Amino acid sequence: MDYQLLVDIFPQVLLDGIILGFMYALIALGYTMVYGVLEFINFAHSEIFIVGAFVGVEILLSLKGAGLLEALPWPLVLVLILAAGMAGSAALAVSVERIAYRPLRQAPRLIPLISAIGVSFFLQDLIRLVESVWRNAFNLVYPTLDVLNERFELTSTLDVSVKSLVVIVAALAMLWALHAIVNRTKVGTAIRAVAEDQAAASLMGINVNRIISLTFLIGGAMGGAAGVLFGVQYGLINPYSGFIPGLKAFTAAVLGGIGNIPGAMIGGIVLGLLEAFAASYLSLLTGGAFGAEYKDIFAFSVLILILIFRPKGLLGEVVRERA
Amino acid sequence: MTTAAVFFEARNVTKRFGGLTALSSVDFALESGIASIIGPNGAGKTTLFNIFTGLYPCDEGAVTFKGRSLVGLRPDQITALGVCRTFQNIRLFANMTAIENVLVGMHARVTLGLWNVLAHTSRFRHTEPRLQARAEALLERVGLRAHANDVARNLAYGSQRRLELARALASEPSLLLLDEPTAGMTQGEAVALMRLLRDLVTDLGIAIVLIEHNMRVVMEVSDRVTVLDHGEKIAEGTPREVQTSTKVIEAYLGTRARERQPRAAR
Amino acid sequence: MIYSVLAAAVVALSAWAVATFPRSVLVFLLFQGSLLFTYVAPIPAWLRAVLFAVALLVLMPVIGYYNGYYLEVATQVGIFVALALGLNIVVGLAGLLDLGYVAFFAVGAYTWAIFGSPHANQIFGGGAFPLAPGWFYLFLLVGLFVAAGTGLLLGLPVLRLHGDYLAIVTLGFGEVIRVLANNLDKPINITNGPKGITPISRPPMPFGLPTSEAFYFLVLVIVAVVIVVNRRLEDSHIGRAWEAIREDQLAAQAMGVPLVRTKLLAFACGASFAGVMGVVFSAKQVFINPESFTFLESIGVLAMVILGGMGSIPGAVIGATVVTVLNLQVLKGLSLWLNELKNAGVTVLGYSLTNLPTQLEPAKYERMIFGVILILMMIFRPQGIFPVRRRARELGRQE
Repeated sequence: MDYQLLVDIFPQVLLDGIILGFMYALIALGYTMVYGVLEFINFAHSEIFIVGAFVGVEILLSLKGAGLLEALPWPLVLVLILAAGMAGSAALAVSVERIAYRPLRQAPRLIPLISAIGVSFFLQDLIRLVESVWRNAFNLVYPTLDVLNERFELTSTLDVSVKSLVVIVAALAMLWALHAIVNRTKVGTAIRAVAEDQAAASLMGINVNRIISLTFLIGGAMGGAAGVLFGVQYGLINPYSGFIPGLKAFTAAVLGGIGNIPGAMIGGIVLGLLEAFAASYLSLLTGGAFGAEYKDIFAFSVLILILIFRPKGLLGEVVRERA
Repeated sequence: MTTAAVFFEARNVTKRFGGLTALSSVDFALESGIASIIGPNGAGKTTLFNIFTGLYPCDEGAVTFKGRSLVGLRPDQITALGVCRTFQNIRLFANMTAIENVLVGMHARVTLGLWNVLAHTSRFRHTEPRLQARAEALLERVGLRAHANDVARNLAYGSQRRLELARALASEPSLLLLDEPTAGMTQGEAVALMRLLRDLVTDLGIAIVLIEHNMRVVMEVSDRVTVLDHGEKIAEGTPREVQTSTKVIEAYLGTRARERQPRAAR
Repeated sequence: MIYSVLAAAVVALSAWAVATFPRSVLVFLLFQGSLLFTYVAPIPAWLRAVLFAVALLVLMPVIGYYNGYYLEVATQVGIFVALALGLNIVVGLAGLLDLGYVAFFAVGAYTWAIFGSPHANQIFGGGAFPLAPGWFYLFLLVGLFVAAGTGLLLGLPVLRLHGDYLAIVTLGFGEVIRVLANNLDKPINITNGPKGITPISRPPMPFGLPTSEAFYFLVLVIVAVVIVVNRRLEDSHIGRAWEAIREDQLAAQAMGVPLVRTKLLAFACGASFAGVMGVVFSAKQVFINPESFTFLESIGVLAMVILGGMGSIPGAVIGATVVTVLNLQVLKGLSLWLNELKNAGVTVLGYSLTNLPTQLEPAKYERMIFGVILILMMIFRPQGIFPVRRRARELGRQE
């Protein structure tokens, strides 16, 4: 066992884990906020997330086609695609709620869940359809900005690309913004009120439908931002790329305590770290027998273990009092 | 006719939910006949039933039935032993018919296995019709035979309550726990139900515990009344004794009412 | 009376039409429509049985003679009917949303694939495998039990979870099985990874029937057995216990239904049908790989159950037929038709179809179909097209 190797890769794995974790955290927020107000798993959130990535790539490709990509300052481009991705995903999330979930709000729990699965599948192929018609391709590559790929060494075993830094900074900014919205604005308080007791909130004069739409909007925006960052970080996307990260992000939300917003953030980071370490160390530790291919199973195993042994999650659930 | 003695005893039952003590050292015992548990809302009556039937465990205390401890048993195990209940808010199987609801109630008494069902063995072919016949008889007893094939959620409220009773009876209990069985009924329906309960005690030898708010019903049908308030037992005795107990009047109406002519409230 | 004549006529005519126009998808759909008509038409039960028997046992194989693909479609429909009936027990009767149902199908398929092909020699060494093809029939049972066992294994840790979480965990389980199938080629090569396993032995068929006809009849027989088993389970205390759990599991438990044991039974029974069909599937395809057992298939079977009607046996049959035909025939037919139009240089409103993007293939849009089915059914008709009709029980005479 080459212990030196295990130690050497540690910082890089840590960094990878944090980046992955931030992305899971951003996606997980969408799941947890919706579950908080509706006690409902928005299965389609994985597609809302990837739509953000597609909006981003379309803008980049258009800019590139117009020859503008190199001309504009790259921070501007990044802010542009983030804003566009967030807007696109948010709009999609609100529409999905209106069309496919609101009519089913009074139905037994199984029914909106099945509808959500339907929406998820529908959106996957809808993205495929749109891209096939628009671009005759649906496996899309994010155009690279050379400046993003520059790497610089932090230590002898760790070097960071500008891209990674950008992702980290952007994610932190989003998380901070969300925290501020939920805890320091009237809207945020309204969301928390509806999450706690819908009936009481409406008696206090809160327009519950509007707040629910807003929750989807904010959660969708977070997912869209994560989508853009995902595209920037990993470069290659297709309409089906959202499924697995979505599932893992949901695991992260449960890990932190479903409905619990700080919990989603913590859960995301923890899961990202766990996955990065599993991916890197599993193969080294088992002599190649079980390698990084098993990292997906890893996340699912975490989910099953959490639900069996600590279903309330690390920070505890925040769900409605049952009558 | 002698009624079979049912030995049911709960001693020192205590239940806390977080910081709230729902039940505090409650004793309750029943040999036979009909006992009622009354008390203001929030007194802990349904909680007591939930503990008796294994929905959740008590924090302290012991519950024994026919000499067996019920503590730690699952609700289906307790039903198999002969204790069955109805619910405060009706919990029928809404999309199944009345007779199907009753048939489910018999589950604990059916000894058929998977193979019997798959192969339609002779045992299966003898048992199913008998179950069906028993179910019809039970529906007859509560006056619902005409509605046997009606979907449960389409029944009138009073019929739903009686169906719940039939379903509970299907498990062949020795002890029946009824949670507010006359809620929402007219006085006439309530009286009829009480007569039915009396008949059940005489004919089947079962013992019944009622949670009730309808005082006239309680006083007429009960052999014994237990009063709970804020999780504690504050009085117990014959209906008459409890009616005139000052503690009970205070619990229901407050101190001032004590000065007036003592009369059971509601 | 008029309906009887109509039904018989429509069945006969459409069968003749298929024989005459073997390449027309529309005509074949007409034949299937005639069967549906026979099902819903108010005709005497004996006539319905006769028409179905003739259609399935005689007409269909004859049609297969004219166009082998149709027989293939019919066989696939049969496989999915069995799967839908299995999932119907878990989702429809017991109300447990299992999103990883395909895992049981995969387990059954790999069971025969490993032992019915030379692949097992890689695991055990030597040259004892493949087993003689006759073993296939025994392996139908082996696959059944292996899948049922997997169902129990899955069920044990997850049955205390409620609705939403159960769904996600079963989804995860389905994914776990897929990843395992893809990666268990080292350290011991159990599944041969993404390369799949081949060649898988086909069983010897009685009466020397040609392969595709033989498989068609085999599937038909198994489906008949599955339907009978389903009916018997439904009409027993077990079926009633499942429905009670679906309606109100707290009350069910209070009435004496042991929850864990009963739910496990639902899982195991549902899984066993998938296991049996998995064995058939692998023998029929001769080659299997993890691609056939993805989340898409699980949702496809779910869509069949939902479309037909949760808890309804005829619903599952019809749902499976509709969805399979949609995918295998309608979508594919659309693709082919679009291609023909493109090649012919047809223009629509001034837009030449040759300019259509090459990536646009209707046959690939199964997910959209499933998605639309699920959404529309949930919003407009959650009880399904053929919802359960609570059968009125005959009451005995009063004492």
